[in-house]
Amino acid sequence: MELTALARVPFLSSATVQPTSDKRIARRLHTKYYPQHVERLRYIVSVRHALLALLSEGPKYGLQLREEFEARTGEVWPLNVGQVYTTLQRLERDGLVESDGTAEDSPQKGFRITPQGEQELAGWLRTPPDLSSPPRDELVIKVLVALRVPGTDVHEVIQVHRRYLVELMQQWTRIKESEAEQDLSLALVVDAELFRLDSVIRWLDTADGRINRMKPGELEPVHSALPRLRRRVSPRP
Amino acid sequence: MNMLELRDVSKSYGEGAAQVHALDRVSLAVEPGAMVAVMGPSGSGKSTLLTIAGSLEEPAEGEVLVGGVSLATMSRGAKARLRRRQIGYVFQDFNLLAGLTAAENVSLPLELDGIPARKARAVGLKALDELGLGARAASFPGQLSGGERQRVAIARAVVGDRRLLLADEPSGALDSVNAEEVMRLLHGACKRGVAVVVVTHDAQLASWADRVVFLRDGRVTDQTAPPPGPESLLEQGASQ
Repeated sequence: MELTALARVPFLSSATVQPTSDKRIARRLHTKYYPQHVERLRYIVSVRHALLALLSEGPKYGLQLREEFEARTGEVWPLNVGQVYTTLQRLERDGLVESDGTAEDSPQKGFRITPQGEQELAGWLRTPPDLSSPPRDELVIKVLVALRVPGTDVHEVIQVHRRYLVELMQQWTRIKESEAEQDLSLALVVDAELFRLDSVIRWLDTADGRINRMKPGELEPVHSALPRLRRRVSPRP
Repeated sequence: MNMLELRDVSKSYGEGAAQVHALDRVSLAVEPGAMVAVMGPSGSGKSTLLTIAGSLEEPAEGEVLVGGVSLATMSRGAKARLRRRQIGYVFQDFNLLAGLTAAENVSLPLELDGIPARKARAVGLKALDELGLGARAASFPGQLSGGERQRVAIARAVVGDRRLLLADEPSGALDSVNAEEVMRLLHGACKRGVAVVVVTHDAQLASWADRVVFLRDGRVTDQTAPPPGPESLLEQGASQ
């Protein structure tokens, strides 16, 4: 097997996480097994669409928008609040929001979403995120490499990761049990995380079973695979 | 004192070359109020472990203690009483009797134990009420949804103050929202001091447990560390 093939291993589906008022979640998302594309979560939702979403609830003043924006996004969007006003100006220029006649930059300036703005927001909500190219996954690579390292018990390697993942899931379940019942956003984020970790465990279980059923000698002998691996990892001339 | 204790329990089926070691020197202790999940692939010995823990089968070697009493020292009658009074079972396919109402299914173990029908029925109704099924007491299993049937099965398993609950893939046939509800109920039983053992291959189910034991080829190969508080995820994230 060529290591370049690993980049195409379809393995994880992305946990699509909605922004939430609980800024602690943003920190919780950073765990060892989190694929890199979710690290980019904060850039998925633009200030533009966040403001349109806030205005879809009804007309609001500039100051109110700024406060709600800060309160709801917390650390998910570490942005300068100045961006709120410049973005509102651009939204108005593009006909997606309209304002009353109050002076520019006044906190009391009122904004409302236009039909075009509602259309833009509806379109954004329904545009699927790009899940077509899964990230290189460290765990898949480790299991594949473990198969090739002489004297390595792959089942033991798999179990180390399985245990760690179950322990993580136990912690998320505790959060669900204690905090998420009254907080829908948190419950949805915790579910997304549990399903994602669960899918990794199921992959490990499948790998474990598949390797178990493999007959001795079915895997390419190490000596024939090694030169190719060396070629792959050696620096380019 | 542990509610359930398995000491070096072994069990094998078949003989000679065809012999399969279903359990190989398995030890496990579950204290009152704890939930232990046993995870493993098909054929790892999970169900055998549960039937031996529930005194439905005898180990070839080793010892099983329920409530501190060794099953090996008990007569058949005493074991049957233990199963009726102390141990509740929850199965994937619910195992409700189709010809009995929800209330009758729940009160049946009490009646079998010699409790007068009227009293048994009152206790059964109370158990159903506690699981939010009071209004469905007169329904037959065929008239209930999957989630409701499993809740009836849980009511039957905990009725009459039983102290040990053994569950085999208790939410296997349910969707994930109903599965979560089942785990919340089992967890609720734990909080009242019941010791719960869940065997499953499902990590989402197992993650409700205080401790997860991993079984492979009849052996305990690993177990999770005691869970830290939920805030540890926060700390972990903050340090990165």
